Amino acid sequence: MSTLLEVSDVTVSFDGFRAINNLSFHIGPAEMRAIIGPNGAGKTTFMDIVTGKTKPDKGRVIWGARRLSLLGLSEARIAREGIGRKFQKPTVFEDQSVQENLLMALKNRRGPLSVLFYRPMAAHLARVAALAEEIGLADQLQRKAGELSHGQKQWLEIGMLLAQEPKLLLVDEPAAGMTPAEREHTTNILVEAAKTRAVVVVEHDMEFVRRLGCKVTVLHEGSVLAEGSLDHVTADKEVIDVYLGR
Amino acid sequence: MKHLLIAALALAMTSSLARAQEAPIQAILQAQSALIMENSRRTIAPVIAAVSGSGLPQAQDVLQAWQGKKLWQRTTDGLFFRAEKADGATYNLYDFDTRDASGSAPVSDLEQIKPNSGIRALIGSALVQFQLQDADPKRRLAALTSVQRNPSADVLEPLRGSIAAENDPMIRAMKVRAERLLTIAYDADEAARIKAISEMSGDLGVDVRATLNPLLVTRRAVFVGAPPATLNIAEILEPGTSIEVTKAYDMLVEADLAPPRVTEAQVRSALAENAEGGRVGGIPIRQLDDPDMRLRAYAALAAAGSVPPAPGAAQIAQALKAHSIADIYLEPSRIVTDAVSEALGTIALTVGLNQTIDLVLDGLSLTSIYFLAAIGLAITFGVMGVINMAHGEFIMMGAYTGYVVQQIIPNHTASILVAIPVAFAVTFAAGVVMERLVIRWLYNRPLETLLATFGVSIALQQLAKNIFGTQARPLTSPAWLDGALVINDVVAISFIRIAIFVLAVFFLGVYLFIMRRTRLGLETRAVTQNPRMASSMGINLNKVNMLTFGLGSGIAGVAGVAIGLFAKVTSELGSDYIVQSFMTVVVGGVGNIWGTLAGAAMIGFLQKGIEWFNPSNTLAAQTFMIVFIIIFIQFRPRGIIALKGRAAGD
Amino acid sequence: MQSAFQKRGASTVIFLTLLVAFTLLVTVLSEGMGIGVISTSFVKTLGKTLCLALVAISMDLVWGYAGILSLGHFAFFGLGGYMIGMWLMYERTREIVVSSLADAPIPPTAQEVSDAIANQIFGVVGSADFPLIWVFADSLLAQLMLVVLVPGVLAGVFGWLAFRSRVAGVYLSILTQAMTLALSLYLFQNDNGLRGNNGLSGLQNLPGLAEVSQALVSVWFLWGAALALGLGYLLAVWVVSGKFGSVLRGIRDDEARVRFLGYPVETYKLVLFTGTACMAGIAGALYYPQAGIINPAEMAPIASIYLAVWVAIGGRGRLYGAVIGAAFVSLVSSWFTGGQAPNVPLGVYTIKWVDWWLVVLGLSFVLVTLFAPKGIGGLFDLLERRTAPDRHGADLGPDQGALREKEASE
Repeated sequence: MSTLLEVSDVTVSFDGFRAINNLSFHIGPAEMRAIIGPNGAGKTTFMDIVTGKTKPDKGRVIWGARRLSLLGLSEARIAREGIGRKFQKPTVFEDQSVQENLLMALKNRRGPLSVLFYRPMAAHLARVAALAEEIGLADQLQRKAGELSHGQKQWLEIGMLLAQEPKLLLVDEPAAGMTPAEREHTTNILVEAAKTRAVVVVEHDMEFVRRLGCKVTVLHEGSVLAEGSLDHVTADKEVIDVYLGR
Repeated sequence: MKHLLIAALALAMTSSLARAQEAPIQAILQAQSALIMENSRRTIAPVIAAVSGSGLPQAQDVLQAWQGKKLWQRTTDGLFFRAEKADGATYNLYDFDTRDASGSAPVSDLEQIKPNSGIRALIGSALVQFQLQDADPKRRLAALTSVQRNPSADVLEPLRGSIAAENDPMIRAMKVRAERLLTIAYDADEAARIKAISEMSGDLGVDVRATLNPLLVTRRAVFVGAPPATLNIAEILEPGTSIEVTKAYDMLVEADLAPPRVTEAQVRSALAENAEGGRVGGIPIRQLDDPDMRLRAYAALAAAGSVPPAPGAAQIAQALKAHSIADIYLEPSRIVTDAVSEALGTIALTVGLNQTIDLVLDGLSLTSIYFLAAIGLAITFGVMGVINMAHGEFIMMGAYTGYVVQQIIPNHTASILVAIPVAFAVTFAAGVVMERLVIRWLYNRPLETLLATFGVSIALQQLAKNIFGTQARPLTSPAWLDGALVINDVVAISFIRIAIFVLAVFFLGVYLFIMRRTRLGLETRAVTQNPRMASSMGINLNKVNMLTFGLGSGIAGVAGVAIGLFAKVTSELGSDYIVQSFMTVVVGGVGNIWGTLAGAAMIGFLQKGIEWFNPSNTLAAQTFMIVFIIIFIQFRPRGIIALKGRAAGD
Repeated sequence: MQSAFQKRGASTVIFLTLLVAFTLLVTVLSEGMGIGVISTSFVKTLGKTLCLALVAISMDLVWGYAGILSLGHFAFFGLGGYMIGMWLMYERTREIVVSSLADAPIPPTAQEVSDAIANQIFGVVGSADFPLIWVFADSLLAQLMLVVLVPGVLAGVFGWLAFRSRVAGVYLSILTQAMTLALSLYLFQNDNGLRGNNGLSGLQNLPGLAEVSQALVSVWFLWGAALALGLGYLLAVWVVSGKFGSVLRGIRDDEARVRFLGYPVETYKLVLFTGTACMAGIAGALYYPQAGIINPAEMAPIASIYLAVWVAIGGRGRLYGAVIGAAFVSLVSSWFTGGQAPNVPLGVYTIKWVDWWLVVLGLSFVLVTLFAPKGIGGLFDLLERRTAPDRHGADLGPDQGALREKEASE
């Protein structure tokens, strides 16, 4: 299996504190992966590095078949390369309607000039409607995103992520604050998405991770502690000691 | 009768002989009597030399009396006396040798010697040697000062002669220095001059440069062919490079060595004068808006003989080639001018070094001013993140407080000592009021804070204008802050700047103490790092924010008093400093007092440095400084001392 | 998306109708072309106000829509004025010089004319040579291009430097303020080639139109300003109503999120900053011929803050708000500071508005910021019974320029 994203020997420290310590990680083009780990294990920092928000002190981050180094690229460029990110807290554009949010995320040319002269075509609006259907916001298209409920915002953000059509989805705690039914739906969307692209989910909720039914990577103090199926890692003694408790 | 006459004469002669032994100065005067009475600038020099060179202690008295028009001759016997008017037409006479009164005489028996100003000057120079050896050090000093002020070749020898006997070490040193300078300027012996020049090279004194510089004075002269080698030539000028061609040619013209140039204005007026029937020199007037046509018309006129011909470029070049123009040293000796040039070079180096020191001191004092103005901001903006555009108005408020206090307490020292705490209290209160009424509603909205505090700023500024008027109010510093600490002729620093430096250091200490050693500092740091956590630990957010903001504002008030001491106190005082203050904090790195210090240092030194390159234009210095800062921030967006890591916030 | 344009469509139609009606009304009432009820100087004031409204729109675009609180846009406005002022002053002086030299016995050479003009213009700063920057001053076309180019290039270079290194929020505001200060200090220097603190004057006299009365010229400029404002408004509506507007508002509320969507945020900011600077330059080029004089004091940092004040009082993030704010505050200011407002006797003290207006303005600005973030524009929401939803104190995004809770609308 070819590799979509390859992170090797990455280290980053903040004022002497090593948030990521010689971390290596790779994922294939159509794979689901869950990352778990205690607070401060470096989960969010890992995502920051991949998306270009944080520059590592050393190490390599290689992307795609062309083996492009992501280090030194801007966040926007990395996003255009096909890496989508969903934040822990739902971040949507609250002053704009659901439709505007989705249209903005829709895969299209991102340059100022093409955006200036862009007017939505029927196909784009149809795609937005389909996405809205998928995330259960079909009848909310004209509402301002700021008025949606917490769960709806999470959906909208996932919808925006899908609209970007990324090759790799980085999802930070998607199920936080959701009802069991909503979680169910989220799981389905992610599993569906993972059929055509790579999905990395950071999650604390073991039940949610179990439902995803994928390979699990356990991070601890900035490096990989264990990797394998959920049953495999939960049986690991070290993992139990540092994370799960007894 | 004849016998009697001879007897009398013999008597007189014996008496004068006798006098020559017991009254030596009178003898000298008698010997020179004819010349004295001739009273002419041209012939008097030997007389003065005879008197002053006599080595007699009374010579000085004679010269002083002579110079002061108190030297009289008794016509009855031809003797000289010092005379003082007694009453009416009678004068009291004093003998020079004995210094005793020797009776009186009616004015009809006396003739006053009235030296003209030329003679008096000669006498004055002769007197210097006596004054320089006067028993009274004050008089010696006065004589020395007069030598320094009016140096001349004549006083060199007397000055030299007076050094050996000088017992006051200070005056002696001054005499030695003056002697060296006079040697450089006037000594006939070239070797002695060069020795003196090399001795004095590297000396910073303005007097040294004032002595050396005239030796390099040149005159510009025109020569047919090359300048004669006998002259001490400073530079031969090349027309077109070291001197403009037109200027060079004009010099030839002035020396009657070439026909005059015709200027464009002369061409124009000549053409206008010779216009006839719409044409000049055969060319229609309307075509004369072209410079080439004008020249052609003029040439036609010249050919016709109605105007003098204008020398062409070739002619000018030829004339210049046949002559040379050179700068000639007035000082004839090449060796001396070379030595002087070298000495001045050495001095320039030393002066440059000292100017650098002076520049550093200037930069330091500007640094402390910026630091003082910015330290309040380092708290409100740097620590709390509040953009307070009214910070400058708090500075202004402090300055006006100082002014008001001075109106009540006339003693300047006491009033400044009172004004500092009062200004702190006033601006502290103003800061607390503003924090309570405006800022606390906008804590996570810095842009709105900026605009709202700007509203406060224009209101306060106008209020100050309404109360105090638009003219500047004086805030007078105490007398002991006047003057400057003079280190040498180049380096000096005024006491007020030292005071501001001390104040800046003091407030740096206060800041460090409050932030690191007090409960308030601890709580402030806790609140700024994590307000929710701090609040749940039982810290009263409102109180901490209020006090911290008040503290920052209070320090701004004190800075206002300090700034008011050297700047004009107007309602615009604050706005002059506000942008620089923000720049100081931003450049230094927000949230770190050492950063603010570094920022103030960078801005202060930068401004002084740029001013040094272009001293006449402080506006340009400020412009370049700001441009530099803008560029600097591109490369260090978080300032000189940046907080790193996730805590720095995104 | 369609709906967004429609929503703005109504206000745009109303605005343009009002603008046309206003222009016609003033024309009819003017001395130059109508019954003479309105004095020429007041026509000029109104024309200038339209220019201020235009620069306020450019400010609203950067601040209201993209959250960049620029404290430099009035400097760009002034630069536009300087550029057109150079041509006006040069041509006007040339006319005077040529006519005075016409009587000379010998016709002047081009160099003599040029020297005489330079002497006329720069004599006041003790110079008699044309500085290099006046090389295009004899060409109207070139100077008109410079009206757009000079502010544009300055904004482009500054913006490129600042945005590239991710300077944002208050830091950017302080930096733009510093830029403005540097520019005005530079212009204050006598040897800069723009006549130092004397500025450029006599700009109200149009070259070649000496016999046309100022009354007429003032109406022409009113039309020109109204046309520019109308076009500027339409352009702004077009820019903000599409996806570009969405991106801008996204940048205002949550810049990082826009970045993670793949938009090159810095480029957007730069394009907007530069474009609005050009717009401000055009507004300035129309303003200063009506004002007649431009000097560096006009471009002091405080003027740019006032610009932000106008937009805030009018209501930021809505284009008509900027126009209302600029028109209202500048007209009311000139009424109060012009000495027309009646004094208020309080027995012991008489309030003279000339002295107290700034105090009132400053304090009312604080009040607007605190209690009515929507500004005057918020009144229209009241009419439409639109209220801000209760967001429990949350703003619409994490960024410093984001809309505040009270600025939100359904």
